[in-house]
Amino acid sequence: MKNLKKTTKVDLATYIGVTVAFLIMYALQTGGHLTSSISGQLVPICCFIVMAVSLNLVVGISGELSLGHAGFMSVGAFGGIIAAQSLAETIPSTPLRLVVALAVGALCAVVVGFVVGVPVLRLRGDYLAIVTLAFGQIIKDLINCLLVGYDSHGLHIMFNISGLKSINDLHLEETGKAIIKGAQGAVGVTKISSFPAGFILVMLTLVIVLNLIRSRTGRAIMAIRDNRIAAESVGLNITKYKLMAFVISAALAGAAGALYGLNYGSLVASRFDFNTSILVLVYVVLGGLGNIWGSIIATVVLYMLPEALRQFSDYRMLVYAIVLILVMLATNNDQLKALLGKIIPHRKEAAGNE
Amino acid sequence: MKKLTKTMIAFVVVMTMLVSMCTVFASAAEEEGTFKIGGIGPLTGAAAIYGNAAMNGVQIAVDEINALGGIQFEFNPQDDTGVAETSVNAYNALKDWGVQAIVGTVTTAPCISVSAEAYSDRIFMLTPSASSTDVIADKDNMYQVCFTDPNQGIASADYMAENYPDAQIAVIYKNDDAYSQGIRDTFVSEAQAKELTVVYEGTFTEDTQTDFSVQVAAAQDAGADMVFLPIYYTPASVILTQANAIGYEPTFFGVDGMDGILSVENFDASLAEGVMLLTPFSADAEDERTQNFVKTYNDLYGETPNQFAADGYDAMYTIYQALQEAGCTADMSAEEICEALIGVMPTITVDGLTGQGMTWSDTGEVSKAPMAVVIKDGVYVLPETAEE
Repeated sequence: MKNLKKTTKVDLATYIGVTVAFLIMYALQTGGHLTSSISGQLVPICCFIVMAVSLNLVVGISGELSLGHAGFMSVGAFGGIIAAQSLAETIPSTPLRLVVALAVGALCAVVVGFVVGVPVLRLRGDYLAIVTLAFGQIIKDLINCLLVGYDSHGLHIMFNISGLKSINDLHLEETGKAIIKGAQGAVGVTKISSFPAGFILVMLTLVIVLNLIRSRTGRAIMAIRDNRIAAESVGLNITKYKLMAFVISAALAGAAGALYGLNYGSLVASRFDFNTSILVLVYVVLGGLGNIWGSIIATVVLYMLPEALRQFSDYRMLVYAIVLILVMLATNNDQLKALLGKIIPHRKEAAGNE
Repeated sequence: MKKLTKTMIAFVVVMTMLVSMCTVFASAAEEEGTFKIGGIGPLTGAAAIYGNAAMNGVQIAVDEINALGGIQFEFNPQDDTGVAETSVNAYNALKDWGVQAIVGTVTTAPCISVSAEAYSDRIFMLTPSASSTDVIADKDNMYQVCFTDPNQGIASADYMAENYPDAQIAVIYKNDDAYSQGIRDTFVSEAQAKELTVVYEGTFTEDTQTDFSVQVAAAQDAGADMVFLPIYYTPASVILTQANAIGYEPTFFGVDGMDGILSVENFDASLAEGVMLLTPFSADAEDERTQNFVKTYNDLYGETPNQFAADGYDAMYTIYQALQEAGCTADMSAEEICEALIGVMPTITVDGLTGQGMTWSDTGEVSKAPMAVVIKDGVYVLPETAEE
């Protein structure tokens, strides 16, 4: 172990930490020792961990600001719901259907991510932030126009651009099922997401993201972030590497969205609005840019906080905001850092380096 | 290796937090002889006004029933901010509390998610105001106090066909909102069936509900003399203000979401004169029960109750009556109560603030008479009296 590189150790610790956390929670859940409140939060926490880690790839590693990450989640969620609902009879096995749904969700997000990324990532400056901001809004409005139904003739999809059509205009058969009803969102979704599936998705995300970061490609991406001109001068294809990070991030967000969408009986597009994008960005920033295990812990803590604060009733979001500010202040406090440095000698050198 | 230790420590801290939370919830004390009723609704956020009204209504009903002696209730309202995911979290928190029946969820989309959970857990739910048919579809444990969206759309079209058959109708609705879209869909198809003329349909979304000059001007250009607004009252107040600004004076017709327009802040309530709306509840009704309710609500919360409060109040009395009918006792599990209530719900008749003789079909849909009212001198009156 001593001979391992520092980064390898951190990665290993992240894998082990996530696995141990999963095993403990899963054992508690199957043993019935968990409250319903916590059991119910396990799957969304997994989804948001994947969201935060994948956004960290764009914001922390590739150094681009993305403000529309929830848009990819949305695409993935509705793509996954359509796949899972329409394949309900073709694939009776729930785990297999979930895998297919996640794959479809990821694929949809990849396509969209590619379309958004190709023109924008050629540019210098903060254009990605502007475009992704708009993208999040556009996706929300597009899905509000989407009418999808399924019957024995297959999928029926209609874009209700004029706003004058309703699900009845799909002319589904008697046995047909409406999957997405425009603004009313997806209703009657069969819940097939599970905590083990969430864990597998988190692990998969970690394997992909951590290996990417530690690879030659990852170093190229970080070189571009640190000094674009220098990276260009050694012959790195800027757009290619940025696009790679962006599309992988979109794919993971899509899969997370599919898992999320299939965890609830109903889903509306307005769930994935600007606030959700910012929420994920807060997880990333609070966990530390480029710090993967930090993102995981920040997500878990910040997701559970509003629920843990339920006894404050109306004031819980106020308390939540205060906690956020305190955490920001505390992590940037020099005295606190020095104090930590005394307790953990290792920290001293880290603090000294900054 | 230090880094590894540190990471592990961080995880352990998180785990400890989780476990400590478990114990907090588990220690909630059991009380004997009291039914535990949970409430779910948006107590904060954009839809807070509805959630708070409904929960206040339930609380008043609980206080009244407890004062009667006999069956006692403990009511625990939980906030869901109007989001499906938070709503399920709130539901789970209520389950940990030991909830035996739920009044909620107030808004439609969260209610669909929560009712799916409650259906598999077998917990009885009665929503005061989630009006979509998807809420009750395929779930035997889910009942509604409010009209379903199709009912409202059809009732509005029927009312217009009967009283204003020659009206040139414009519809302005919110096409990213399940409630608004649902009513619009059934209204338009019923209007076609009744040969009403819809001359214009304008849409808006959550993000564009601050300015309606385009839609209002288009409705005016289309020559509409009746504007149907199947929307909540906040955007409706903007539409009324902007229509007034360009001198456009059609008859505005709203549904139950319009209820509350007279209490919008910074809104000139005189602009709402002549607005018609279909609502099951009027705070100015003369009967003693409504007057008592309005007075109590005013004393406790300092405002006139809207229809959501009345729906919440009725929901609680419905559960009370159903529990009595089914002979449930407080020591029964949520599951036993659920099955018992499902058995009696289609058989009971409840006289509430939002309708006399309310009955339910076994699908969960309520049957009561909608009432059209007109705003005159700042109060709701029946259209017949307004014309005198």
